[in-house]
Amino acid sequence: MENLNIKINGMNVVAPKGSTILEAAKIANIDIPTLCYMKDINAIGACRICMVEVKGARSLVSSCVYPIFEGMEIFTNTPKVLDSRKKTLELILSTHDRKCLSCVRSGSCELQTLCHDLKVEDEGIYDGENEKYDIDFSATHMYRDNNKCILCRRCSAVCEKVQGIGVIGANERGFKTHISSAFEQGLGDTSCVSCGQCIAVCPTGALSEKDNTDEVFKALADSSKYVIVQTAPAVRAALGEAFGYPIGTNVEGKMAAALRRLGFKQVFDTDFAADLTIMEEATEFLDRVKNGGKLPLITSCSPGWIKYCEHYFPDMTENLSSCKSPMQMFGATAKTYFAEKMGIDPKDMVVVAVMPCTAKKFEIGRDDENAAGTADVDISITTRELARMVERAGINFKDLPNEEFDAPLGISTGAAVIFGVTGGVMEAALRTAVETLTGEELKNLDFNDVRGLAGIKEATYNVAGMDIKVAVASGLNNAKELLTKVKNGEADYHFIEIMGCPGGCINGGGQPQQPASVRNFTDIREARAKALYDQDAGMTVRKSHENEAIKALYKDYFGTPGSHKAHEILHTSYVKRGLYK
Amino acid sequence: MYRSHVLVCGGTGCTSSGSHQIVEALQKEIDKNGLTNEVQVVKTGCFGLCALGPIMIVYPEGSFYSMVKPEDIPEIVSEHLLKGRIVSRLLYNETVTENGIKSLNETNFYKKQHRVALRNCGVINPENIEEYIGTDGYAALGKVLTEMSPDDVIKCILDSGLRGRGGGGFPTGRKWQLAKDLVKGGQKYVCCNADEGDPGAFMDRSVLEGDPHVVLEAMAIAGYAIGASQGYIYVRAEYPIAVQRLEIAIKQAREYGLLGNNIFGTDFSFDIGLRLGAGAFVCGEETALMTSIEGNRGEPRPRPPFPAEQGLFKKPTILNNVETYANIPQIILKGADWFASMGTEKSKGTKVFALGGKINNTGLVEVPMGTTLREVIEEIGGGIPNGKKFKAAQTGGPSGGCIPAEHFDIHIDYDNLISIGSMMGSGGLIVMDEDTCMVDMAKFFLEFTVDESCGKCTPCRVGTKRMLEILEKITNGNGTLEDLDKLEKLCYYIKENALCALGQTAPNPVLSMMHFFKDEYIAHIVDKKCPAGVCKSLLSFEIIADKCKGCTLCARVCPAGAISGEVKNPHTIDKSKCVKCGACMEKCRFGAIVKK
Repeated sequence: MENLNIKINGMNVVAPKGSTILEAAKIANIDIPTLCYMKDINAIGACRICMVEVKGARSLVSSCVYPIFEGMEIFTNTPKVLDSRKKTLELILSTHDRKCLSCVRSGSCELQTLCHDLKVEDEGIYDGENEKYDIDFSATHMYRDNNKCILCRRCSAVCEKVQGIGVIGANERGFKTHISSAFEQGLGDTSCVSCGQCIAVCPTGALSEKDNTDEVFKALADSSKYVIVQTAPAVRAALGEAFGYPIGTNVEGKMAAALRRLGFKQVFDTDFAADLTIMEEATEFLDRVKNGGKLPLITSCSPGWIKYCEHYFPDMTENLSSCKSPMQMFGATAKTYFAEKMGIDPKDMVVVAVMPCTAKKFEIGRDDENAAGTADVDISITTRELARMVERAGINFKDLPNEEFDAPLGISTGAAVIFGVTGGVMEAALRTAVETLTGEELKNLDFNDVRGLAGIKEATYNVAGMDIKVAVASGLNNAKELLTKVKNGEADYHFIEIMGCPGGCINGGGQPQQPASVRNFTDIREARAKALYDQDAGMTVRKSHENEAIKALYKDYFGTPGSHKAHEILHTSYVKRGLYK
Repeated sequence: MYRSHVLVCGGTGCTSSGSHQIVEALQKEIDKNGLTNEVQVVKTGCFGLCALGPIMIVYPEGSFYSMVKPEDIPEIVSEHLLKGRIVSRLLYNETVTENGIKSLNETNFYKKQHRVALRNCGVINPENIEEYIGTDGYAALGKVLTEMSPDDVIKCILDSGLRGRGGGGFPTGRKWQLAKDLVKGGQKYVCCNADEGDPGAFMDRSVLEGDPHVVLEAMAIAGYAIGASQGYIYVRAEYPIAVQRLEIAIKQAREYGLLGNNIFGTDFSFDIGLRLGAGAFVCGEETALMTSIEGNRGEPRPRPPFPAEQGLFKKPTILNNVETYANIPQIILKGADWFASMGTEKSKGTKVFALGGKINNTGLVEVPMGTTLREVIEEIGGGIPNGKKFKAAQTGGPSGGCIPAEHFDIHIDYDNLISIGSMMGSGGLIVMDEDTCMVDMAKFFLEFTVDESCGKCTPCRVGTKRMLEILEKITNGNGTLEDLDKLEKLCYYIKENALCALGQTAPNPVLSMMHFFKDEYIAHIVDKKCPAGVCKSLLSFEIIADKCKGCTLCARVCPAGAISGEVKNPHTIDKSKCVKCGACMEKCRFGAIVKK
């Protein structure tokens, strides 16, 4: 790659051609503050926090979008630059609801950090007239508080460009500009899929999941309730970030310990249900292949993806696997099999799910998700909410011992833990399907073609004389591209895995937020994915069909995968929503 | 062959003062008098003298009738058109002399004008392509396609010294050269910025309404020069007449083979589409305009990449303003030297100005660059009404600045205006007299930018709003000297930090007015007085007892019941009730009421 020679603050710096000033400065170990910019998501030069001086330029330039050129001389810390950044912040603050003390993002707010770093002294210096916005509580999974919005537009960019949805954007103009849906509809009335990517990228407290932790605390304190918890695979790969661990630290053991100390009767694992999902879904797949069922079969683990399919590709809902998501399978199994086993009335059981996902809050209220006559899962909280619960309960997370999940619904395999990353479900399914079809043991369990962070991955496997064509997509804009090909007859896959969030659940909308200053230079997905693949590699049982607890579950309760009873409890149905329902 | 032609202005100004009814009445009366085959009525574009509309000229005599009403038509037809007797009471008074009538071109309004961009406006029927062709229309395109290489065309435009007429004054030839050379081959676009939005500016509208083909021809020439086959005209939907005439012109040009495939039998193909803007001022900014054409919310995007490299749909694009294009065909036909012979050293050619505000001849004028402000205002514009004193003129609209009386003799060109803190802008020229408050005026322009800010970048979205609030505080009498300091700092901050030219130039009117009229700002803040008597919060009305005759008229017109007094005794104003409307002062016949 061609390099350019530039000067930053008088120092010689060599940076690749095509770099922005921001990127070149990073090479020189200078952090330029940013607010609207987020790598691969938003590069619009709108907030003007990242301004720097360039010799010969008419005015200051925005370093996040300005490419370097040979011989360029940049000054990042002159009084003019520092004063400009401060004024920009002060102007933003003049329109910002500064209730920092009670804000959910206090401590993780990028605006707050910048105010500290850039030495804002008088937050009210430019106070004046302000628009007052009603908080939009209409969506099931989140609320939008425009009073805290700084109009960086990361949310609308991720919604439109990464997820291909675009249900939020700028309305009105000038000082009245605000983020909203078309015709000021509530988010809950739009075809928002609840993925929560907007929350994950929001620098302030303008966007947040609806917090359900009070309900959890209340249930835990209710002696008439039997409260159990399950945690999704991706949670363990990111929860640690909330307690200062490096990105990609697997904190499964401390998480189990923390949950136990919060008072859950049983600390179970969604991974168990992931193995169960593989049993059902692999069976469904083989059945569709053998009996001429609807193909391609598309996975149904991701509720954001399911809602997307219902809104945007309603004529493809028959392609969806009828399997409930692992979270719902877990709840259904807990309230039937486990409740019977323990002699507990399912109505007295409260199933709490800890998820990297906001769409799960929507999913638990779906129809046809109540195997025991009561909701399969009662409360779904995000990884962030769990972190808040741990903090609030005064549990010293870092000093906790590593503990195990409880049996039997806490027993799982390596195939289950990789559900948390794009391609993982496909790989887990292939491990089981190939062995089932060939009757032989797989020598190499790693299906590398479906691993990695590419938006769309394709592979063909010859299994027992048959070519099985598979595809994996994560991020809904990629899903859109893939499905359009399928719809237009340009692709003839047998099996497709789709995850709503880019990179899969590890990058879910409910995971701890990482600020732009981190995300601009680190792919958080890579580190989190590695944590899960490492865990899988280190396990002795790595195939779902070899999970002893699963085997026992079928033997004692469901009979065989795909049995009538399994269908009643573990499978669901979908709605053709269309765009405006 | 007709023996007489009646040209009626069909521009927006005259249309709104009723020229449409004039045309109808004329045709009816002509038919009634059996003159249908002898007299032709032609609806043209704007003549420029909008203050006198509706306007008509009768040829061959050249009689210029102004402020014509439908009831005047029978007289004009029976007297002038039938009997050959000019109706002198309806003539524009400037054309009437002791010895009869003089040509319009000798009147003060037109004498110093030099019409290049506007040459066909008010002369031809804009809805008839043959009239355009009859005045050398499309000859330049023919010449370019058959005799010149793209480099020849660019060199000719470069040599002419033509600079962008939309505001920035970037050399047009250079812009074309970049678009031709930065990226070789592939899809490119030629765009026309017809999103004229400066308050009071309407030169582009006049060209589109009066001579739409000149824009099409020039865009085709530009397309040939840079290697583009597609053009877009971005015109605001609030210009319905311009839109309609452009539609007709494009259709006719296609029918005549002057747009479309293999123009003039050459390999060159070029077509033009219209895109209507919804009236956002910011869409006149080049990147916002392109974003809008692409179907997105009209917001500017950061540069680089510049449009010459990545413009519309990320393809190399040039964008020129209507008036810029209107110069192109004549530069090609008459040569770069001809064009460069007009104007000043660095600003060649002519410039169209829209005269507005406190001036007698409101309307459009086109003068060579370098004409003095005094000539434009006093001679062409007919001076300031009611014998008031000139205070300042605003050029460049909300992005420009003011020119105070001390610079009345400035030679208007790009660089001279910049040197005194204003700018050419698109050519709006708003005249202010002694009754204008410069704090109020700054507030007016800032209100416009606050209203028209797209809301994308922080400095413009929030900064201009906070500036406006400070100005409001000052005009309300609550300003402090610290506010003035804060205001000035915000001005420089926004200039340095805003994303696009709209934001970067928004503080200009404030800075320039603060620079030239600092005393007025201080008076508002320290003395709590508005010297021009405009800012209501700082005014008070008082009755001078010695002069008051006690006629009671003031008390009767006061809408707030603030004036009381006995008949034939001096009255008084209750200041707590007074709404400062000034009705009393206006009505008082004895000069007994004063504004302080």
